[in-house]
Amino acid sequence: MDLATFLVQCLNAVQYGLLLFLVASGLTLIFGIMGVINLAHGSFYMLGAYLAFALAPWFGDWFFSRLLVGVVLAAAFGYLLEWIFFSFLYERDHLQQVLLTYALILVFEEMRSILVGNDVHGVTAPSWLAGGFRLGGLMEYPWYRVFASVACLVVALALYAVVNRTRLGMMIRAGASNRDMVRGLGVDIRRLYRIVFAGGVALAALAGMIAAPLSSVYPGMGSSVLIVCFVVVVIGGIGSITGALVASLLVGVVDTFGKVFFAEWSGVGIYVLMAVILVWRPEGLMKRGF
Amino acid sequence: MPSTRHTLAALATLFVASVSLTASAQSTGPIKIGLMLPYTGTYAGLGNAIENGFKLYVQEQGGKLGGREVQYFKVDDESEPSKATDNVNKLIKRDNVDVLVGTVHSGVALAMAKAAKENNTLLVIPNAGADAITGPLCSANIVRSSFSNWQPGYAMGVVAGTKGIKRAMTITWAYAAGAESTKGFTEGLEKGGGKVVKDLTLPFPNVEFQALLTEIAAQKPDAVYAFFAGGGAVKFVKDYAAAGLNKTIPLYGPGFLTDGTLEAQGASAQNMLTTLHYADNLDTPRNNNFRKAYAIAFKTQPDVYAVQGYDAAQILAAGLKAVNGDLSKRDALTAAMHKITVDSPRGKFTISPAGNPVQDIYLREVKGNNNEFRSVAVKSLSDPARGCKL
Amino acid sequence: MASDAGVSDAVIADVGALPDIGRREAGGWLVPAAAALVVAALPLAISPYGQDVVVRIAIYAIFALSLELIVGAAGLVSLGHAAFLGIGAYATVLASSDSGASLALLVPLAIGAAAAYALAVGALSLRTRGVYFIMVTLAFAQMAYFVAHDTKAGGGSDGIFLYIKPTLVVAGLTLVDLGQRLHLYYAVLAALVATYAFIALLLGSRFGHALAGIRVNEQRMRAAGFATTPYKLAAFVIAGALAGLAGLLLAVKDGAVNPELLSWHESGAVLLMLIFGGIGSLRGAVIGAVAFTLLKELFQSEALLGPLASHWQLTLGLTIIAFVAALPRGLIGLGARLRGAARG
Repeated sequence: MDLATFLVQCLNAVQYGLLLFLVASGLTLIFGIMGVINLAHGSFYMLGAYLAFALAPWFGDWFFSRLLVGVVLAAAFGYLLEWIFFSFLYERDHLQQVLLTYALILVFEEMRSILVGNDVHGVTAPSWLAGGFRLGGLMEYPWYRVFASVACLVVALALYAVVNRTRLGMMIRAGASNRDMVRGLGVDIRRLYRIVFAGGVALAALAGMIAAPLSSVYPGMGSSVLIVCFVVVVIGGIGSITGALVASLLVGVVDTFGKVFFAEWSGVGIYVLMAVILVWRPEGLMKRGF
Repeated sequence: MPSTRHTLAALATLFVASVSLTASAQSTGPIKIGLMLPYTGTYAGLGNAIENGFKLYVQEQGGKLGGREVQYFKVDDESEPSKATDNVNKLIKRDNVDVLVGTVHSGVALAMAKAAKENNTLLVIPNAGADAITGPLCSANIVRSSFSNWQPGYAMGVVAGTKGIKRAMTITWAYAAGAESTKGFTEGLEKGGGKVVKDLTLPFPNVEFQALLTEIAAQKPDAVYAFFAGGGAVKFVKDYAAAGLNKTIPLYGPGFLTDGTLEAQGASAQNMLTTLHYADNLDTPRNNNFRKAYAIAFKTQPDVYAVQGYDAAQILAAGLKAVNGDLSKRDALTAAMHKITVDSPRGKFTISPAGNPVQDIYLREVKGNNNEFRSVAVKSLSDPARGCKL
Repeated sequence: MASDAGVSDAVIADVGALPDIGRREAGGWLVPAAAALVVAALPLAISPYGQDVVVRIAIYAIFALSLELIVGAAGLVSLGHAAFLGIGAYATVLASSDSGASLALLVPLAIGAAAAYALAVGALSLRTRGVYFIMVTLAFAQMAYFVAHDTKAGGGSDGIFLYIKPTLVVAGLTLVDLGQRLHLYYAVLAALVATYAFIALLLGSRFGHALAGIRVNEQRMRAAGFATTPYKLAAFVIAGALAGLAGLLLAVKDGAVNPELLSWHESGAVLLMLIFGGIGSLRGAVIGAVAFTLLKELFQSEALLGPLASHWQLTLGLTIIAFVAALPRGLIGLGARLRGAARG
């Protein structure tokens, strides 16, 4: 493999990792702060992609408006969902959470099938991001992929800023370490959790909307991203945003280079990575912290 | 003890309810047709199209085949090979169907073929292209109305050879269908004097293609042959175009790369050449009538899967007509099913001794949202049926 | 050391008083024995298809019982138990040649292969706790899944077929031929009874009480000088071995193996069976397997539900949610509640 190809593969790895981070960040927030294992997180990613498809005819090239509307809709959905369903999961043990959210996946898949059908759909990137630039003499790299990576980085920074530098973030971090104390100090913890959950759903949906032009929109797209997300969250340390970022990039590298060098065994790669890291550091790379 | 007793009683009721036995008749009464198709999941659309096509033909015969009414039993196979044996047993052992029709996914179809052999049940396959079904697993009571994975691949290889392709690469998922399709392409290309320099695979159903697209760009072959279906097909064609590869390295594939996916693929698929045993705009009276009737009945346009379902019914009907609906005359029935010349919307085709269609494979080009017919790539192509002892 | 043993005994004795799996359930041994007799007599009354359903349920009951040993008894939630089912199944098919194979070879092989993987997975996973443990067991199952799914040795995503079912031949006499329906039926029933009895005895022993103590309060057990990890590991390995047995029977029954046997969906399904029946009860594990299988059949049955059958994902999903939410202690718990209500 020559240098040019190697650099391109690195670019591929980083881009995949960053998109993965966007989905995983929502999961690690919900997981870390509310302690809820949510197997239906992949469905929120799928929700975002289908939203991108559904909203496309109304917004045309007004890309950012489409993203904004989609995020708001997803957050509202998340808020409602937490209220009527997830708020009952906090007192339950992990096993029940796993099973209840597993059942939720079934319900979402069927609702999707009833409401939107089973066809595969495409979403086009906005025209001002069409095309690409040449990478040496090798191939073209689409501008949209660059945009996706940059968008993910921006969100990562924004998330870090919100969690570590705002009052809301402070309450979130406090609620994560000691729920009762926070309630005792007069903070409405239920509403806080609802906001965090809505945020988590919005992040996953945003990832789906950004990924839609790249991955297209099809049934079952949620489950393929779900397990990898869990791997990222666990490697990075549950509840840690920085951990999720590092872990996503690691997974991106293992997946990309694994495909090139170990075609047959590439599927196993990220699980070997997870097992190795957990055996070395049983609570993930970054312990509870943001 | 009330708790356990009540539980057991409830379970017993549930058990009886779900094992509901049905009686069966051999030569009078309705013919029981068991449809085992995907009604949920990625291939649900294909399952519905096949069922619609099948029912359209039966409807055109006045709702009767071989003079007998038709009674349908349906099972959702979820495209899950691990549940296939249980699902096919529901139709064979619980519902006692006379004929099995299915399915889309090759892994599931293999299990159906095995069960059909073991129970000596008639099986008509309206899609699954696994070579093994008309290869080592072939049997007189198993007939396919669709294709073998090898056929469109081989035809594309022949076309590539005529276009002067010397070095090609293939890319597909690491599963039997992909391997069989690329093998067909390799054979066809070698006939024309070219060769495949590298076979790229990625685990099914992974769709992160960037790493392998970079590989293709680095190796600079004359052409690429790809086999993907559904969401994977959409993504691959789009990623291929986004990487600018379609400008310098032509992308070939079997029809599945562009069937049912053109709306999603949009500009990225334009002018692509694919091979398949059907093209949407085949301008023949038979195809035009079929398309009109289908559109009226189901309010949507038919595709190759609907045609395959339609032809499955035709083949079965021919067999039943030859024995006047008497299923006990099994040998005469299967013989008739193999002797038939099917007047299909795709054109006329016959059935090979191994049970696979011997048919023309067309070269199509993508224009707008259609795969348009260009020429006949290979005439009357028969799958080599390697390993079949019939 | 003698004094440690004395302290541990005291702790175990203390734990024995808590409501748990070792307590005598209503009816003691009579109810499971009676049920086994009824099932043994069923082939006289039901069709071959019905017998197939019973065999399938019985195999899943063995699978559920094996998981009950670690989830219910030791309190370890594993989301990767299907890996052992799959390994037992694949070992069976891969070791069978075109002319069939002997059970004397396959049974120890399937159980041994699954137990070996369980030993490796357990040794590494038990270093983690809580939700990390759940995720690590998932990771190891996914590894096994991808080896089966992607590598040539594993046979690929279409799986491998088993054409000749195994037999047991002693001194030229074919004692057991699993290719015959009734032989398979009674072999599976025997395996289920043996598994149930084995686990019941195990849980009633010192070992079982130690597990209960670990489930209730591991800190206390360790403070009392108890080395808890070897006990958990032993339970994990035994559970894996029994799942391997279920895998062998499943491979024989279906005549095919497929990588989906190792998927997390399968691991999730068996956890659902436990929760349906009620965790902490062996009867619950069996009842859960029965209920879950029949429920899925019911929801997919067009004969009974008409057009709603194609939306079985919705009906099944909502039922699971209602169930887990309303009956966290499962069907066995429902029974206890009715009994309590009847008593007033």
